[in-house]
Amino acid sequence: MVMLVFAGAVHAQAIEPMPFANHAQELRFQHLTQQLRCPMCQNETLADSNAPIARDLRNQIFKLMQQGRSDDEIKQYLVARYSDYILYNPPLKTGTVLLWFGPLLILLGGGGVVLVALRKRKRQGVEATTVGESADNGEDW
Amino acid sequence: MNRLLPFIGFMLLVALFGFGIWWNTQHDPNAIPTPLLNKPAPAFNLPKLYEPAQTVSKTDLLGQPYLLNVFASWCIECGVEHPVLEAAAPTLGVKLVGYNYKDAPADAKGWLAAHGNPYALLIADESGQTALDFGVYGAPESFLIDAKGVIRYKHIGPITPDVLAAKLKPAIAAMLKEAP
Amino acid sequence: MTPELGQLALILALLLALAQGILPLIGAWRGNRALMAVARPAAAGQAVFVTFAFGILVWAFLHFDFSVQYVADNSNLELPWYYRIAAVWGAHEGSLLLWILILNVWTVALAAFSQKLPEVFASRVLAVMGLIAVGFLAFIIFTSNPFGRLLPMPGDGADLNPVLQDPGMTFHPPVLYTGYVGFSVAFAFAIAGLLGGELEQAWVRWARPWTNVAWAFLTLGIVAGSWWAYAELGWGGWWFWDPVENASFMPWLVGLGLIHAQAITEKRGSLRAWTILLSIFAFSLSLLGTFLVRSGVLTSVHAFASDPRRGVFILAFLTIVVGGSLLLYALRAPRVAGGKAFQLLSRETVLLIGNLMFAVAAAMVLLGTLFPLVGDALNLGRISVGPPYFGFLFPLLMLPVVLLLPFGPFLRWGKGESPMLKQVLLRAGIAAVACAIVAAFFVDGKLKAIAGVASLVWLSVGVLLYAIKRWREVPRGRRYPAEMAGMLLAHLGVGVFIAGVLLSESLSVTSDVRMAPGQTQHIGSYDFRFDGAHRTTGPNWKADQGVVTVTRDGKPVAVMHPQKRTYLRGQVQTESAVDAGIFRDLYVALGEPMDAGNIEGAWSLRLYTKPFVRWIWGGGLLMMLGGFTCAADKRFRLKRAATVREDLVLQETRA
Repeated sequence: MVMLVFAGAVHAQAIEPMPFANHAQELRFQHLTQQLRCPMCQNETLADSNAPIARDLRNQIFKLMQQGRSDDEIKQYLVARYSDYILYNPPLKTGTVLLWFGPLLILLGGGGVVLVALRKRKRQGVEATTVGESADNGEDW
Repeated sequence: MNRLLPFIGFMLLVALFGFGIWWNTQHDPNAIPTPLLNKPAPAFNLPKLYEPAQTVSKTDLLGQPYLLNVFASWCIECGVEHPVLEAAAPTLGVKLVGYNYKDAPADAKGWLAAHGNPYALLIADESGQTALDFGVYGAPESFLIDAKGVIRYKHIGPITPDVLAAKLKPAIAAMLKEAP
Repeated sequence: MTPELGQLALILALLLALAQGILPLIGAWRGNRALMAVARPAAAGQAVFVTFAFGILVWAFLHFDFSVQYVADNSNLELPWYYRIAAVWGAHEGSLLLWILILNVWTVALAAFSQKLPEVFASRVLAVMGLIAVGFLAFIIFTSNPFGRLLPMPGDGADLNPVLQDPGMTFHPPVLYTGYVGFSVAFAFAIAGLLGGELEQAWVRWARPWTNVAWAFLTLGIVAGSWWAYAELGWGGWWFWDPVENASFMPWLVGLGLIHAQAITEKRGSLRAWTILLSIFAFSLSLLGTFLVRSGVLTSVHAFASDPRRGVFILAFLTIVVGGSLLLYALRAPRVAGGKAFQLLSRETVLLIGNLMFAVAAAMVLLGTLFPLVGDALNLGRISVGPPYFGFLFPLLMLPVVLLLPFGPFLRWGKGESPMLKQVLLRAGIAAVACAIVAAFFVDGKLKAIAGVASLVWLSVGVLLYAIKRWREVPRGRRYPAEMAGMLLAHLGVGVFIAGVLLSESLSVTSDVRMAPGQTQHIGSYDFRFDGAHRTTGPNWKADQGVVTVTRDGKPVAVMHPQKRTYLRGQVQTESAVDAGIFRDLYVALGEPMDAGNIEGAWSLRLYTKPFVRWIWGGGLLMMLGGFTCAADKRFRLKRAATVREDLVLQETRA
């Protein structure tokens, strides 16, 4: 029951108007907070979360922006306090090499297998294409 | 052999999931290890809870180790932790400093009056601004800080008797042994 | 009616599932027709008992039987009847029962429509379905009994999570589960095919419509979930790459590959091993999704309350089912690359590339979803993998698919004709570039939006060109067989979807604003006037309701009523107001009053204009429609021809 109440409370929205210097800054703020993870919540961005810490961090980010800090500096500020956990975009490090290059490895491996299969088929194809289209499916499309 | 690859891959996944289940029984999924471990604690300058005119800074506390316990009257789990701290405070071996987090002073004082006050010193961070420098994201959290002002251990969540015996006390012992 | 009867029904269903899972397999192995004949009646009996159990839970909810723990936890006296029915699948135990019910629906459908299949094959298929049911029934009976009592009986219950009190939620889980569970049919066919060995190749044709229907349901389920997140969670987003969302997306991707691989295998006989593997993977990923959602191994907004015991049970089940099938695959998968040969430039090649990309994309999603766990295991610290990661890699992987898609239908099986392809490239390419240039003026040169328009034109012109070619070259009545029409619809859906995603992402305008009554905000080309807030009530909630009047160039467009609801047990829930349109959505969410005591004063509000956001779901619905249309093809209706080989098979298995 406690869980449900908690979950329900979380889904109230985080809506906080802030006095942005201009529209570009507002866009920057939206973009940045959507890439950061609320440290307290189940799995929500700082932009979406209504948790107290998310509010505090949004305010802090806003303050840092007014001080003229860049997005990277703001991220560094947060990482120094809350670790890489706060970044939804995990930085490329020795530990995350597998994460970032894994898909490429799989693609290369899979591509290799497909290529080998295609070449094999092509060699077979020279002999077999004359066998002609059989009528088993009727559909030639 | 090639045909066994999917099976082998899947078994690796199973191992990972098995690990995941075990890991979750051992760790609080909401606890994020702090990057400040073994680094100097951030500088702070906060008013005392009971004498707001006086402030306490990090340098004031240098010279002897202390356990900084982040708590708040609105925090339900702090109520769970509090009796443990009260019982343990005299034998802890380090000074227990209370860090009142995002709380109205009156609420905090009322709460301490009701639950008891084990703290040797109480500081208040009403805005929660300084707490950001400590990487606090909820309460309760506890930082073990040595005589040189370095964070030696952090616990996220309530200090239960288990945590006290298995983690906090050994951490204190190790710290005291190193720097008598 | 006593809930214990429900539990008893589940136990009886388990016994029947055991009979359905084991006896026909022995029968098929020993050539014993009597044992094989057990499959259908056992399946029917199991379905009766499961339906009965499900009915009892529904009855308990409708009659406020709070002596049942699950009912007391998820409903109360004030909850309207329709949400009390939806509450049946509002938490872990009941949703598992729904899962089992749907599995039974699929099994019964399979039992009914497989009469013309060879007996040995059909009984193996039904047995596999029975074994899957055994696992889930054991799971629910031993770890997650929805009929557990709560004594003494409380006077009133807690509440259904308010997030779930939405029409979308009554609809989303059943449809999604229908998709998930539907892949069990393709899985059962593949396993039966493996058990039958080289003799059974025709199974792919029989499996195709089932796979298409399952995939179409899964598509609809994901679309419904996405729509629900957009409207209900109040964040205006439609996809968050959350582990639970990914859990439904992976089987979808693999199912997509499977649909295309099955087409090759059925028509040309090639890629048999790959089709089998994908059939296993699609269902395995459905099971994996169940594991991820219910074990608490990963943190997600949508996960059910976790319990390591359940995690261990599903993991054991997963290991037996998936590990067993993959071992079977290793032992029995066809070793010789069969089927007709094809050249480098052929439809097979393009489909193969598509399959490769879908598989890699699914693997990427799996890697990203599980990497935090890998991080824990390798002591790399806590790592978050979120939208920036998936949002960067997924479009990259899908780019070749989008580029190749218009050519697919024009390529012939076995060998292609390059002049035709050049023509397609030229026409679709010129159209796409021309439209992109025109669009650039309308969207302030935003690259994403231009790419969205170009993709839409590229894909839809490709579809159109092929439709025209068929119209010209083929006599009436045979121009668009259902299978092809389905393909064209689905491919068009891809274009609409991409356009929706890219246009809405680049053209949406969001603003959090503070508004006093009477104040106006200009967002996009619309003026939002806040006309104050007042209190209102619903069947089981109270709300502050804002009134926002939207005008464009002085002309009224919509009056919107965003709410901030407080449910009975104090849960707060934002109900955004959405004014839907084909070309744009207006979206208003109510935040907090600036002065907590005075709701008639100023409020914080979030205002959005979201151009083309609806195309995202429109594209998804077209894909779904394509799947269903395809499955309706006459070619897939079973002919008696299939049974001719039955006796042969029977003899072979005896030998």
